[in-house]
Amino acid sequence: MKRIYLDHAATTAVDREVVQTMMPYFTETYGNASSLHSFGRDARNALDASRQTVADALGAHANEIIFTSGGTESDNLALKGVGKGHIITSSIEHPAILRTCKYLEDHGCDVTYVPVDSYGMVDPGDVESAITDDTTLISVMHANNEVGTIQPIGKIGSIAKDHGILFHTDAVQSFGKTEIDVQRMNIDLLSVSSHKVYGPKGVGALYIRKGVEIEPLLHGGGHEMGMRASTENIPGIVGFAKAASLAIERSEQDTRHLTGLRDMLIAGVMDSIDDVTLNGHPTERLPNNANLRFAFVEGESLLLHLDMKGIAVSTGSACSSASLDPSHVLLALGLAPEDIHGSIRFTLGRENTESEISYVLEVLPEIVGKLRAISPLAER
Amino acid sequence: MEYSEKVLDHFANPRNVGEISDADGVGTVGNPTCGDMTTVYIRVKDGRITDIKFKTFGCAAAIATASMTTELALGKTLDEALAIGRNDVADALDGLPPVKMHCSNLAADALHAAIEECMAK
Ligand code: FES
Repeated sequence: MKRIYLDHAATTAVDREVVQTMMPYFTETYGNASSLHSFGRDARNALDASRQTVADALGAHANEIIFTSGGTESDNLALKGVGKGHIITSSIEHPAILRTCKYLEDHGCDVTYVPVDSYGMVDPGDVESAITDDTTLISVMHANNEVGTIQPIGKIGSIAKDHGILFHTDAVQSFGKTEIDVQRMNIDLLSVSSHKVYGPKGVGALYIRKGVEIEPLLHGGGHEMGMRASTENIPGIVGFAKAASLAIERSEQDTRHLTGLRDMLIAGVMDSIDDVTLNGHPTERLPNNANLRFAFVEGESLLLHLDMKGIAVSTGSACSSASLDPSHVLLALGLAPEDIHGSIRFTLGRENTESEISYVLEVLPEIVGKLRAISPLAER
Repeated sequence: MEYSEKVLDHFANPRNVGEISDADGVGTVGNPTCGDMTTVYIRVKDGRITDIKFKTFGCAAAIATASMTTELALGKTLDEALAIGRNDVADALDGLPPVKMHCSNLAADALHAAIEECMAK
């Protein structure tokens, strides 16, 4: 059976070129970047070059980039590292932000969760009016992982700047898919992850604007300018840098390709199936995200039927979550729980083709029809 | 979390799907845990279930357990059918993942509600 991967917001395959680039760093250039001998110096050179590449991709300076183990660690480092007093975030952040905020609340911080509109968009005015004398940090994601809505982070960045408050953004989903410039967008801290951009898992970075003081999470040997102790994962970091440079190099081409497939999928589904709604923003959305809501059916059932046809997607349905809670993002958009049940996220990638989307459009109407025939909610 | 072959079979090819227009008993139950729903329709003759149909809005476990419940209940007396519990259904499906045990209540409860409605007539 052919298999079609449409879950790129979860993770991506590592690009073959990236794998090739990483290989020598396991067996040849395997030194510890802290060592003074030639093995160490070779590793250090690779580390420095990678740092420069990632910095360039964000419009930052190399000494403003800290490599981490991934997006979750970057978010934790940013929030625990600078957050005190009062923090402002949004209600649709990734759990890496929301759970960290809960932790900080348990440790004496106040957190305001600004709402979103029905498209999943934060109103910068809401952020501004939430600011108090105690506010130290605003953290709003660049693009949402479930519905793909792209937030007005430039506006939020300048509000933060005007009030002398630090601004962090989780750019894990947007990096490589939409432009990021930390200068122009007034971003002080920014999280990125490698495995969402065809790089290896277990690597990410936090951009920290020069002059921003941050408390490390990991104490030890003084690596990463003292902000993250632990021997650097050179193969992973080299792979991440390669993936980042490919993403920048290919961004125009990728965006065109992904937008074309996404719009083909959305239009095709709307044409062939009744009672389907697009979740998220109609235009301000990631080029690879189509989150669709199929009335009267439950997402886990839909997901498993698609899986039986070789198609991999994800769902916000309560039935598929370990906690049996519906997606907090779709709830924040104001959807009723039964509508959330039927929401399916398709996230496309570089290697997807038109013929794969055609195949999805071929099998999906029958699956939805079958589930609606079983559903007591479907109109008779 | 993994489903047994039997669950996947009943999920992909559910038995006794549909409605009975002049049913002797109809039971609808919502799943308080996740908000899903199952309806069971029965036709009864001489104290036995001679026809049974169901509709489910829910996960694969909810669909498979409803399908299996209808198979277990068909041909049974009302008392025998009332004795069918969630564990019987789960066992007949070679087990359910622990997180999905709550779904097996849906179909058994809907069946019991349908029988009670029929008995009350
Ligand atoms: S019906 Fe919702 S988890 Fe089974």
